[in-house]
Amino acid sequence: MGHIQDLSRRAFVFGSAAMAGGIAFGFYSGAEAAAPTASDNPLTAGLGPNSVTFNPWVEISPDKITLIAQHADIGQGVGSVQPIMIAEEMDLDPGQFEVRFAGPSPAYFNTGFKEELAPFLASDQSPAAEAGRAAALEGLRKSGMQMTGGSSTIPDTYEKLRKAGAVARETLKAAAAKRSGVAVADIRTRSGHVILPDGKKFPYVELAADAAKIPPVLDAQTRDPATWRLIGKPMMRLDVRAKVLGELKFGIDMKMEGMLYASVKLNPNKGQPMKSYDAGKAQSMPGVKKILEINNGVAVIATNSWYAMRAADAIRCEWAPSVYPAEQADHWKVLQSSFKPEFLGKEWRKIGDVEAGLKTGTRIEAEYRAPYVAHQPLEPLNGIGLVTDKGMEIWVGHQSPQFVQYVAATAIGLKPEQVTFHNQWTGGSFGHRLEYENVRVLAEIANQMKGTPIKLVFSREEDFLQDIPRQIALARYSGSIDKGKIVAADLQLASTAPFKGLLERSGAPSKDPDPQLAAGLWNVYYDIPNFRATTYEAQGLSPSTTWRSVGASTGGFFTESFIDELIHAAGLDPMKARIEMCAVPHYRKLLETVAEMSDWKGPLGNGRGRGVAFVESFGTPVAEVVEVTKTDRGIRIDRVWAAVDVGKVIDPVNFENQVQGGIVWGLGHAINCELTYAKGAVQQTNYNHHEAMRIYQCPVIEVRGLENDPKVRGVGEPPVPPAAPALANAIFAATGLRIREMPFNKFVDFV
Amino acid sequence: MIELTVNGIKRSVDVVPEMPLLWVLRDELGITSAKYGCGVAQCGACTVHIDGKAVRSCQAHIGEVAGKSIVTLEGIDKKEQHPVVQAWIEHQVPQCGYCQTGQIMQAISLLTKISKPTDEQINQVMSGNLCRCGTYPRIRAAIHAAAAKKMAEK
Ligand code: FES
Ligand code: FES
Repeated sequence: MGHIQDLSRRAFVFGSAAMAGGIAFGFYSGAEAAAPTASDNPLTAGLGPNSVTFNPWVEISPDKITLIAQHADIGQGVGSVQPIMIAEEMDLDPGQFEVRFAGPSPAYFNTGFKEELAPFLASDQSPAAEAGRAAALEGLRKSGMQMTGGSSTIPDTYEKLRKAGAVARETLKAAAAKRSGVAVADIRTRSGHVILPDGKKFPYVELAADAAKIPPVLDAQTRDPATWRLIGKPMMRLDVRAKVLGELKFGIDMKMEGMLYASVKLNPNKGQPMKSYDAGKAQSMPGVKKILEINNGVAVIATNSWYAMRAADAIRCEWAPSVYPAEQADHWKVLQSSFKPEFLGKEWRKIGDVEAGLKTGTRIEAEYRAPYVAHQPLEPLNGIGLVTDKGMEIWVGHQSPQFVQYVAATAIGLKPEQVTFHNQWTGGSFGHRLEYENVRVLAEIANQMKGTPIKLVFSREEDFLQDIPRQIALARYSGSIDKGKIVAADLQLASTAPFKGLLERSGAPSKDPDPQLAAGLWNVYYDIPNFRATTYEAQGLSPSTTWRSVGASTGGFFTESFIDELIHAAGLDPMKARIEMCAVPHYRKLLETVAEMSDWKGPLGNGRGRGVAFVESFGTPVAEVVEVTKTDRGIRIDRVWAAVDVGKVIDPVNFENQVQGGIVWGLGHAINCELTYAKGAVQQTNYNHHEAMRIYQCPVIEVRGLENDPKVRGVGEPPVPPAAPALANAIFAATGLRIREMPFNKFVDFV
Repeated sequence: MIELTVNGIKRSVDVVPEMPLLWVLRDELGITSAKYGCGVAQCGACTVHIDGKAVRSCQAHIGEVAGKSIVTLEGIDKKEQHPVVQAWIEHQVPQCGYCQTGQIMQAISLLTKISKPTDEQINQVMSGNLCRCGTYPRIRAAIHAAAAKKMAEK
């Protein structure tokens, strides 16, 4: 296990064989010399006089302490929790340090992906599984890939940032010891100061120059969790105040001297070029400076964003047609014909004798569907770019710094290292800020406007049209029940491949089956004696990409709805049956917890109904109960209870906010969102067509965090997948109607 | 040149009269708390106060509102002490935060009209403000808390 094939200077692959028949990916590494320098500290180069850096996360100058956030803040709060974990060990208080986003560097490779990349169930802590994860970690180290995603920030940084803080603290103490002649053992730190036994205090900033002259204390020990001041306690997110006061500058709020504004009109047949255009009208519109042709459309340069957008709107373009089916109905047809050996992704799991099991007892079959869905964070795609003879500088909020360099550079014939990337606070992502439409287009525009900083802002309509959606998926499930038990489940899924698509667009294509299609499909923890999970990858459809919770957002809906169907057919209680069937004790505990929280006692009657669902995604198990009432005007979602086990809750307040937000996300899109293609373009171009949840539909959401998992897990995405099936199951309980397709408002109204 | 008063300060801009106030604020005057979300009155991210009323600034042509009193979150009187702002911080409402300035401007306007709104009234007034991050439970709690604070102040 664990050998990494070096396919090219830039691509690293986890060999399938090396990974026990598992998941293989190509990973691009942004820096030419990634592997040998993976441990180098990128902060050293930019260090001022009398300043010190101990590792890639801590920098101290004579006037300030800067902590580096390597993961991008897309609203999930990691711009706060990362520095807090360092501050815990450094004895810093909020307000005593600044936070800066990391630039691209292999030093920031994401160790957290090892859990998702090794082909083992999250509950599997066997030596073989751990060896597989260790091998994955080595692959990640070599790849140097820095990416925010997969709910991996906390798993990645929980150990390493505390360690980084401890090293900083002990080195500052050593510096103070050297200066004062006092033994290190007698020196303490508190609130940004080193304190000597006689009470004399040195602010850390005063010790920067001294600390720079001694080697960092690399064997520094992290603190006993019992002594933590910040971690695990309710805390104020560092960004809350600035966001509430409207002072925080998002990428879209940035301004630069001499800047001009750009907006674009791009071929809505995704990935296809423009044939011709007529800008006759736009040319003479107010504020317009220039009209530029770019690869797949036109850009307007103007004196403000609105002038640019308005003129772009007035340009008439002729587009090359789509390579995927122009009409939505044909997308479904392709999926229907994808359950064939030539489209096989992988048989991910097989237990018992499925064929024989399906012939036992009563057989149940069902087909499920999930449509394309848009990300559409509230801040539209934007960015500022400046191209000079030396290269390009780009200011944009993005989750993959090195891929931004690669995509921008490739678009305009530069080398990745000629692109300087400055990450920005972003108004949401949900997977949108892993894609590159704005990056590529901005590079092209700025390259034609050399020397002038260009601020690109997509109109909401353009953002919708270019949004690379969530995968579309169709499931064909069969199962059987006998003597009050589920005896077989055969889960087959045909879908577009979101993660593979993302890797390809990132310049790191993979030939291996998309592991995200297995999410919610193979990681079923019920004791079903005959079980099989198989994925098929549909070809020739719309590109798709990672959408908050990725594969589990569709797979979880299918599987937990179907399990519910089987349970009802067997005449069992959906909660009790799940608890009895659940094979992992601390997962079972979550089901017991939501049962207790919701006071689950079986059917409610009177047009009210409850549904339960349990999905583990990205290693985090989540159980949810949704309660609905059937009113004269439609279904009302009244309450939701959620129990989530992340091993350790770092920031309890943000944890609750993330879980609630994930549930709102899961419910809202399940009830009323889809993207449909007509003439090669999506028909939904603003929020009135793709609304998701508004406050009037938002239920009361009660959240409980458990800490029984042996590992520390993330929480950004895992609350999403159980929401849709729990709602569908609740609607069934209240009305007898089994909904097998999202969005649900095709079948029932919601109030 | 169009003359206007924003947050009590007289400004002038050289733009076409049909330009939306939102973009005048953001691109011409550098006032960025009002956000562009949809441009078509579907999200509320651009909410400001015009003559004391919450208005979607993406829908207000500068030529039509120039003579009125325009207030953005930056110009809210004693902002840090404002019960809505305080409640928003105490409840840690924001996630990405992009919608929140609009939410706050809408909530301030709600509480000037209805001092102790019910959940139903909150739904009616706040449903035009989208939050893609799903902070609605906290928005609701913060509005109730702000109402209680305002009452206590009286
Ligand atoms: S930008 Fe004005 S309502 Fe959305
Ligand atoms: S906090 Fe992100 S949109 Fe509301």
